[in-house]
Amino acid sequence: MNSPAPESRLSVQGVTVRFGGLTALDDVSFEVAQGHVVGVIGPNGSGKTTLFNVICGFVRPTSGSLTWQGKTLRPRPDRLVRAGIARTLQSVGLFERLTALENVMVGAARARKAGFASALFALPRSDRDEQRLRDEALDWLRRLDVADAANRLPGTLPYPVQKRVSLARALISRPRLLLLDEPAGGLGAEDMTHLAGLIRGLPEAGEWPCSVLLVEHHMDLVMSVCDQVVVLDFGRLVASGTPDDVRSDPVVAAAYLGTDVPAEAELRATP
Amino acid sequence: MALLRSTLVRHLVLLALGALALVLLTGSLSTFHNYELAGLGAYVCTAAGLTVLTGLNGQISLGHAALMAIGGYTVALLQIRFSDRAITGLWVLPLSLLAGAAVTGVAAAVVGVAAARLRGPYLAGVTLALGVALPALTSRFTSVFKGDQGLSVPFDPPPASLGANFAVERWQAWISLGAALIVLFFLANLNRSAIGRHFRAVRDDEVAAQLSGLSVPRVQILAFTVSGVAAGLGGGVFAVSLQTASPGSFDLTLSLALLSAVVIGGLGSLAGAVWGSIIVVYLGIVLRGFVDDLGLSAASAQKLHDNLPNAAFGLLLVLVMLILPGGIQGLLRRLAGVAPVDRLRRGRPEPFAAAIAQHSSSPPPSGGQQ
Repeated sequence: MNSPAPESRLSVQGVTVRFGGLTALDDVSFEVAQGHVVGVIGPNGSGKTTLFNVICGFVRPTSGSLTWQGKTLRPRPDRLVRAGIARTLQSVGLFERLTALENVMVGAARARKAGFASALFALPRSDRDEQRLRDEALDWLRRLDVADAANRLPGTLPYPVQKRVSLARALISRPRLLLLDEPAGGLGAEDMTHLAGLIRGLPEAGEWPCSVLLVEHHMDLVMSVCDQVVVLDFGRLVASGTPDDVRSDPVVAAAYLGTDVPAEAELRATP
Repeated sequence: MALLRSTLVRHLVLLALGALALVLLTGSLSTFHNYELAGLGAYVCTAAGLTVLTGLNGQISLGHAALMAIGGYTVALLQIRFSDRAITGLWVLPLSLLAGAAVTGVAAAVVGVAAARLRGPYLAGVTLALGVALPALTSRFTSVFKGDQGLSVPFDPPPASLGANFAVERWQAWISLGAALIVLFFLANLNRSAIGRHFRAVRDDEVAAQLSGLSVPRVQILAFTVSGVAAGLGGGVFAVSLQTASPGSFDLTLSLALLSAVVIGGLGSLAGAVWGSIIVVYLGIVLRGFVDDLGLSAASAQKLHDNLPNAAFGLLLVLVMLILPGGIQGLLRRLAGVAPVDRLRRGRPEPFAAAIAQHSSSPPPSGGQQ
């Protein structure tokens, strides 16, 4: 389980976030090792989204620190992709008046070589850059099986297709760590299977192995794709371990389902 | 055919066609109509910049006339210097116009820094204040700006090579519409590039834009600067077409007329900025002519002169918002059968209900504390 000091490792160390009197995260520590898929679960309001917002730089922790690839990470949302971290949004967050293809192209903003002047004068350099981006974006849409949607506006696409487009937008930046915020929300069984396969494939993706940290309510997905599961309750990390460990942990059953629910029956999550 | 795939070639062809149309059109019109065309050119410059800012980047400005004023006064001050020193040449006016555009770009960047921290009504308020306050500065520093009377804008007569009978008005129309074509050319280039896409991405979703690696304030300041350069050039050619730069010609009603033009034409569309400018300029001319024909007393005619066009723009604006949300350009696209890019009716399937039905075996998200 413990591989020796992998390069793309995210460490969350003692992160505490207080909003006024409310403690949203309380001394949370865990790691996402390179090539791992880590799931964060917990009841609503347990601090999952706050945790993501800390890693993305939307929320500054009251105390604690983050380490990414061996260095201290002081995240800023617009510098995240440069650090090799991409995130999808729970609300999908597609640019609604850009086509699906353009949406994905924006995700590769960092990889653009031509500058303002070549854009202003429409130099061939700018055209070449655009063509390259367009091909690359189309390739990602194809990989996610939604190439037909390329020239459509997000609002005209079914919700699962929107979710895949937003995944393509995150993946085109070639992240080393992908943060997925409720990727299964609103998906049917078939899309869920596709998503599970995709997530499992990311850490093994050839030259660009990508670790995954996901927040998710769908236990079947979490249990089937994760190497490790972290459980939050009222901002505290109450358990962590393999899906099997967590499944049989009475603390988790208590936190997640309420003590008076029989843990065995309700947590039969494996498909 | 392969050549037309190049953005530069395509836009240069359009630029050349536009220039040809401009030469033919101004040659066939009377001097008075050429004078009107010169004014139109100034509107097109500024409206094109405004549609990039408001339509593509989502930042509203109620003070674009103030930015035009910066360009106009810069050109006036420079032209007066040149004329005092008897410096002439075909390069003099373009240099002044370029300087006017550059100075306005810098000023717009400063406004953009403030604008990047403001949203919606707050941004509207600040730009409105700018639109009111800046022209008022001219009466504070009367020694430089000559108060309400304004500055004259001397410029060289049309070059002799164009013939002895070449009217000044036609020359002004060339300058003004030529500037408009150049602005349209550059803005179209930007719009087709990644820069234009980033403008639109920031407009649509700031959080997602950030997570895609874009600095939202940087993109917004860039949009304000680009828009300011266009407005500065528009103000410069406006001053040249009026042969004067005075606070009255850059007042709030001009800002509102520009915004009307942009919305009526179709927000975010450069072609729409052209259509909207044509409507606003010529509707103004027609309505003022109508007031003159009413035979009213001088005082009430004066009042109607200024207010009737504004009332008409307001009414037109409401009508367009109600029946033509895509503006004129949206209508033309629909008539041409091009799928409207701004159709935003979301037919979102009810994802959660379906999901809950299918996954009732998974634990309820908030079943924690009972």
